[in-house]
Amino acid sequence: MHNLSVAQISQGLSKGEFSSVEITQHFLDRIHQLDSSINAYITKLDESALAAAQQADKQIAAGQANPLTGIPFAHKDIFCAQGVKTTCGSRMLENFISPYDATVVANLKQAGAICLGKTNMDEFAMGSSTETSYFGKTMNPWDLETVPGGSSGGSAAAVAARLAPIATATDTGGSIRQPASLCGITGLKPTYGRVSRWGMIAFASSMDQAGPMGKSAEDCALLLQAMASFDSKDSTSIDHLVPDYSANLNAPLEGLRVGVPKEFFEQGLDPQIAAQVHNALAEYEKLGATLIDIELPNSKLAVPTYYVLAPAEASANLSRFDGVRYGHRCENPSDLMDMYCRSREEGFGEEVKRRIMIGTYVLSAGYYDAYFRKAQQVRRLIKNDFDRAFEKVDIIASPTCPSTAFKFGAKTDNPVEMYLEDIYTISVNLAGLPGMSLPCGQIDGMPVGLQLIGKHFDESLILNAAHMFQQATDWHTLAPAFADNTSEANGGAS
Amino acid sequence: MSWETVIGLEIHVQLKTKSKIFSGSAVDFGQDPNTNASAIDLAMPGTLPVVNAEAMRMATRFGLAIDATINQKSVFERKNYFYPDLPKGYQTTQLAEPIVGPGIVTIQLENGTSKDVRIHHAHLEEDAGKSLHEDFHGMSGIDLNRAGTPLIEIVSEPDMRTPEEAIAFLRQIHAIITYLDISDGEMSQGSMRCDANVSVRPMGQEELGTRTELKNINSFRFVERAINVEVERQIDLIEDGGKVVQETRLYDADKNETRSMRSKEVANDYRYFPCPDLLPVVLSDEFVQAERESLPELPVAKQARFVNEHGLSAYDASILTQNRETADYFETAAKTCGDSKLAANWVTVELAALLNKNDLGISDCPISAENLGQMIQRIKDGSISGKIAKTVFEAMWNGEGSANEIIEAKGLKQVSDSGAIEAMVDEVLAANSQQVDNYRNAAPDKQPKMLGFFVGQVMKISKGQANPGEVNRILKEKL
Repeated sequence: MHNLSVAQISQGLSKGEFSSVEITQHFLDRIHQLDSSINAYITKLDESALAAAQQADKQIAAGQANPLTGIPFAHKDIFCAQGVKTTCGSRMLENFISPYDATVVANLKQAGAICLGKTNMDEFAMGSSTETSYFGKTMNPWDLETVPGGSSGGSAAAVAARLAPIATATDTGGSIRQPASLCGITGLKPTYGRVSRWGMIAFASSMDQAGPMGKSAEDCALLLQAMASFDSKDSTSIDHLVPDYSANLNAPLEGLRVGVPKEFFEQGLDPQIAAQVHNALAEYEKLGATLIDIELPNSKLAVPTYYVLAPAEASANLSRFDGVRYGHRCENPSDLMDMYCRSREEGFGEEVKRRIMIGTYVLSAGYYDAYFRKAQQVRRLIKNDFDRAFEKVDIIASPTCPSTAFKFGAKTDNPVEMYLEDIYTISVNLAGLPGMSLPCGQIDGMPVGLQLIGKHFDESLILNAAHMFQQATDWHTLAPAFADNTSEANGGAS
Repeated sequence: MSWETVIGLEIHVQLKTKSKIFSGSAVDFGQDPNTNASAIDLAMPGTLPVVNAEAMRMATRFGLAIDATINQKSVFERKNYFYPDLPKGYQTTQLAEPIVGPGIVTIQLENGTSKDVRIHHAHLEEDAGKSLHEDFHGMSGIDLNRAGTPLIEIVSEPDMRTPEEAIAFLRQIHAIITYLDISDGEMSQGSMRCDANVSVRPMGQEELGTRTELKNINSFRFVERAINVEVERQIDLIEDGGKVVQETRLYDADKNETRSMRSKEVANDYRYFPCPDLLPVVLSDEFVQAERESLPELPVAKQARFVNEHGLSAYDASILTQNRETADYFETAAKTCGDSKLAANWVTVELAALLNKNDLGISDCPISAENLGQMIQRIKDGSISGKIAKTVFEAMWNGEGSANEIIEAKGLKQVSDSGAIEAMVDEVLAANSQQVDNYRNAAPDKQPKMLGFFVGQVMKISKGQANPGEVNRILKEKL
């Protein structure tokens, strides 16, 4: 049951093969049995999920079902959900109960989807391994000794471990695509402005973007359909028609021009990954696409540019966590300054503090021009690179990450090495483009991801290209052994 | 040594929008704490700002009113600092690209001259909340009702040289914003707030002295006192061999002194940067043009018209145009009586004095403009003297009716009948024969002054109702 696609679950529900309550209970049972081993969830919402499932069943019976009615899913714990703990992976918000719904949360409620719980993440979405969460690390279901990637590691691990069919996630510098790659699932970061940021706790406002995770492009299309909307509450939301993302999934790729940026196959790329990605590119040629070499000459500047701009925005975005109105407040402050200092000292973890310090530094008098302003200029150059490339190609393909999932602690002592995890994903955020990761191979049993990058608002084409690849290959159907490691499966031995 | 004072003002004006600048909460004062504070105003995680178009419109209108450049692309930035009544930990404001660029405000001075004060720029920003320190048992309360109220901050160049000029400038800004109806402009309520940058330099020196910034000046009256006391302090300091430190100083109206608040050397580095939650605001040509065309008649234009059409002095015109209600009041009174100068006199002198004494605004004036006009008309047609008019005026103030009703009811109509006046003159001359002799023997140049005595006596007998011109004429004849 937990290997079914969203469309299959929907069909099963409408045919009455099972109810929403049953499939919801099935996933809740799995979460209770398996999640203690991988810690994908921060909050489990059994009660509200089952209540919503009952409602969904009534709707289905009344013939009023939407594509997501009664479908269980998980929310990254970065989305504010009314009456539900919303922690953002931080001690600062350990006991924070949101008084309102994020637009993404409201949209999915409206769509009739059933929220199973809220997933673990790097604190305030700052990290590439989910190791910075205050609520403990999440394990990669493919190898419990390795990281699931991050910051949306909880959502990625939950989908990979079949603890949710689909999940919401967010991506500021690769936080959907990198964990999707490391966990062998499919994840899409839409165009900046496609999904409302209202109620999504901000990390770097000019790059934060929510998107879907699932086992396939087809599932991602359905989830994105419900997430995407123009929202007048978000000034950066773009009033652009939301197309039917499932409509063109099967369009033939004959004549598709696929750009291959040479810079994304250079230094630091594991040759085995390069080989897997080249295999995937060969598959696209078989599907009728043409490969075209392109250049993104400024992409080497993407990581340093990002690590000026994102911390700068974050340093201001996180100022509201001051212990005054909500969130963690230290015990017995001696005065106002003591309250500020200790509340933030205790409430934030090391990586968050590091980025606040970097951001504060690059905005300081005397450094602004050298860092912040310069980085803004480079951001423009990076965007121009893509604009030029898209004059010759329809879509760009590259590896998602330079390596497969790494061991816990392997990069925690060297932040820069951790930051380089996002070397291929970050420039996409700087340019505001849509990008996707889909499984395209394995190395020693660990998944490898292929990244597809599209033009602004070209999510449909990315989904189409990913879906056609998934029709021709079965990397996306592989599940980690852990997913079947239930007492059910072990039942015969007891 | 003689010193020159240099003054620049920064004026914060709360805009009269229905909702806040970045949220839908009502802008409505005097409510229970935190009842006009939404999730956005509380800076709840995940909340985002959306610019209030009405605030942009009002700021645009202000810019057009001072003939300023309107920056059709303006950018909101974050000004970062921690304070409990600043919920986001930054104030959303404008710095590099404010909505209103350089402009000019012309001020009228009492000596009849005018002066142009340059405006450096005016920008939009959000107000902070309030910290409450009483009744919290050693803790502080935070009220965020005010947080997010739209403000325009108007920054002048250091073009003023005296406190009088500063007050005239402040009054002119007040007149403009109230004419535009974009703010209440109540300094006592904080809907208009003024900081003054003050420095001194030896007369003739071009280079500016080190300035201090005076805060907490919350009435027109205090502007003058605060600047004077600070100028004195700076001059004393320099003459004693000291140096002025660039700093923010708080004006204490009770003690009439300024005190150091914080030194700029240890001031915050505000780390301004463009707010990524808000796109640059772009105003179309059509929008700006439509606002320009729909501006009301502004103080300067009205002043010019009052001088040209009504024949008033520039100073009287500037006093009468300080607010729209006063100007309208004057125009109605002038129209009713047909004598603009007399009307201007009555409004700026007698009426202003009574309003002041009773702490009333023109809109609360118990005498309608029509009634005042009617009374002036009765002076003009000789029905009452200027002196009797004051009695009528007071009776109108006390609500005893219209000018005509009061004149009628109290029998105050002037006596111009020459027979009646002759009788009174005869009576006075008979009763004061000694003075009559003195007058007749006096040198001709002394006589006019001596005539006053007889006039006074006649007026006394007539209870002020005799027509003074007629009394004079008949007295001269008989003497």
